[in-house]
Amino acid sequence: MKILVPVKRVIDYNVKARVKADKTGVDLANVKMSMNPFDEIAVEEAIRKKEAGQAEEIIAVSIGPAQAQETLRTALAMGADRAILIQTDDIVEPLAVAKLLKAVVDAEQPGLVILGKQAIDDDSNQTGQMLAALLGWPQGTFASIVKVVGDGIEVTREVDGGLETVALTLPAIVTTDLRLNEPRYASLPNIMKAKKKQLDVKTAADYGVDISPRLKTLKVEEPAKRAGGIKVKTIEELVDKLKNEAGVI
Amino acid sequence: MTALVLAEHDNAELKPATLNAVTAASQLGGDVHVLVAGSGAQAVADAAARIAGVSVVLLADDASYGNRLAENIAPLIVSLAGDYDAIVAPTTTSGKNILPRVAAQLDVAQISDVMKVESADTFVRPIYAGNALATVQSTDSKKVMTVRGTGFPAAAATGGSAEIRTIAAAANPGNSRFVGAELAKSDRPELTAAKIIVSGGRGMGSSGAFSIIESLADKLGAAVGASRAAVDAGFISNDHQVGQTGKIVAPQLYIAVGISGAIQHLAGMKDSKVIVAINKDEEAPIFQIADYGLVADLFQAVPELEKAL
Ligand SMILES: Cc1cc2nc3c(=O)[nH]c(=O)nc-3n(C[C@H](O)[C@H](O)[C@H](O)COP(=O)(O)OP(=O)(O)OC[C@H]3O[C@@H](n4cnc5c(N)ncnc54)[C@H](O)[C@@H]3O)c2cc1C
Ligand SMILES: Cc1cc2nc3c(=O)[nH]c(=O)nc-3n(C[C@H](O)[C@H](O)[C@H](O)COP(=O)(O)OP(=O)(O)OC[C@H]3O[C@@H](n4cnc5c(N)ncnc54)[C@H](O)[C@@H]3O)c2cc1C
Repeated sequence: MKILVPVKRVIDYNVKARVKADKTGVDLANVKMSMNPFDEIAVEEAIRKKEAGQAEEIIAVSIGPAQAQETLRTALAMGADRAILIQTDDIVEPLAVAKLLKAVVDAEQPGLVILGKQAIDDDSNQTGQMLAALLGWPQGTFASIVKVVGDGIEVTREVDGGLETVALTLPAIVTTDLRLNEPRYASLPNIMKAKKKQLDVKTAADYGVDISPRLKTLKVEEPAKRAGGIKVKTIEELVDKLKNEAGVI
Repeated sequence: MTALVLAEHDNAELKPATLNAVTAASQLGGDVHVLVAGSGAQAVADAAARIAGVSVVLLADDASYGNRLAENIAPLIVSLAGDYDAIVAPTTTSGKNILPRVAAQLDVAQISDVMKVESADTFVRPIYAGNALATVQSTDSKKVMTVRGTGFPAAAATGGSAEIRTIAAAANPGNSRFVGAELAKSDRPELTAAKIIVSGGRGMGSSGAFSIIESLADKLGAAVGASRAAVDAGFISNDHQVGQTGKIVAPQLYIAVGISGAIQHLAGMKDSKVIVAINKDEEAPIFQIADYGLVADLFQAVPELEKAL
């Protein structure tokens, strides 16, 4: 079985996003960018399945600017076998990402696609579910355990009430939650080796997919700031404030 | 303009998140219908029919909907979508699981986690862990959206008398099966509906120590929350996680204990009315957003606070 892992280049999770003064978006100039943390977890899971003899090949794919090659090289250094960049400088919405990924799936015929549950920039939490719908495949979203069982998989999902397990036929879609695994760091030799691995660069037109956006961003603003509070010295003072000033207890 | 709201429920009870979604749907400016897809869910449909402002409840009662598998429910919604201008679900793990599947099948963009309805096609949603708010206009003829509970007041649970229409199930694709669930049982209020939340972080140090959080919560009639670090360390189960990738809460009072205040945690609770932070490190970033900060050892402060109430 082949596993396809879509990885997205996003603002590093340690960086606090700043809104541009002209309110057209978030300032990404000179900001540290990294692989979306959920996608690192997806790559790790694919590698573990390969190490367990349950997969033969791992293909990482990214849709984004030329610099997304770095993100793909990271995936290759972690252990993916080859990579595809669908290069574009446009904003690509989840529906369009899903359509492009469907085209890659049609060409590569993977048994499993493992995505992050959400990208930490746009926080949409849509792409995996949309891809599943376009392919007519089952989906195990927000996964904290993925087990190959017979000719299907069992996915334990993090849901609002706790955990839930579903059994899916293959091929299937999985989206990762935080506790699925702890991604490895790429070692220096593997980073060197990754430079020689195959990385194909394509365009959306190569796949015949229309990626024009459906949403118009009218403006992007900073949320209202909380007014700074005070420090209390004692528990008595805290209880007094909560009762008599804030009136919340 | 008619909007269809996907009811959040467990076959027995209608969940409060539905009420916030009804309010969001009514702000689109037309009729509001509610879809109850479940198994043995007549009581849920009855409850949905009592929500103020709902004119029709659609009940699809079938064994294949008993566990709300996205593979089964999405085609049902798609089959109904022709009659609706908007499809709305609460931003719960169930809504997030099902709705993008519907949007893709209808070939429309989904607008995720809407906080504010500006007009029938323009919405405000958080991006970058809530550090930016985007106002987006949808150019699709049909709107598919999940809505953030804390952005909309709950519609009144009683006072309505909607017509209940029983509808047939859609074909079951048969590619997924529910195996089981481990759901947390608790007499405490649900996190997303609680008026007061007491949350513990990595500073708690162990799962045993979490009992002082639980005891304080019980004294206050509060729900118990946690940071990711506390969940990762196994102090408490995942359903308690508050944050960008956990639950979004906005109670009257949020008490953060032994939590440093990482942006991903703040994303989940910074809209709380009053925030209290108890932390031994006076430089902890949580103090920058706390209304009342107490620099103290939590193992002393928490039991003392419980006693003082
Ligand atoms: C106002 C605004 C400005 C924006 N500006 C930019 C910008 O300048 N640059 C920019 O890159 N984006 C920008 N975006 C984000 C862009 O629109 C998102 O990439 C798109 O909407 C996808 O949403 P998501 O990543 O949150 O999807 P999600 O559904 O949350 O992603 C889930 C998973 O899908 C996969 N996936 C998603 N996207 C890709 C991808 N491109 N390649 C490979 N795998 C993927 C990953 O596995 C990911 O974990 C902007 C968004 C807004 C609202
Ligand atoms: C993709 C991604 C998603 C994430 N999503 C979330 C999310 O949804 N929710 C979330 O919470 N985090 C999330 N995180 C993690 C987040 O970045 C932080 O790591 C996490 O919130 C830290 O938890 P903490 O504050 O409990 O731990 P720490 O940062 O370790 O803070 C512990 C605090 O306890 C204090 N303390 C220790 N002992 C005592 C004592 N005896 N008395 C008083 N104070 C004490 C310390 O001073 C410290 O401030 C995410 C991270 C990533 C990368």
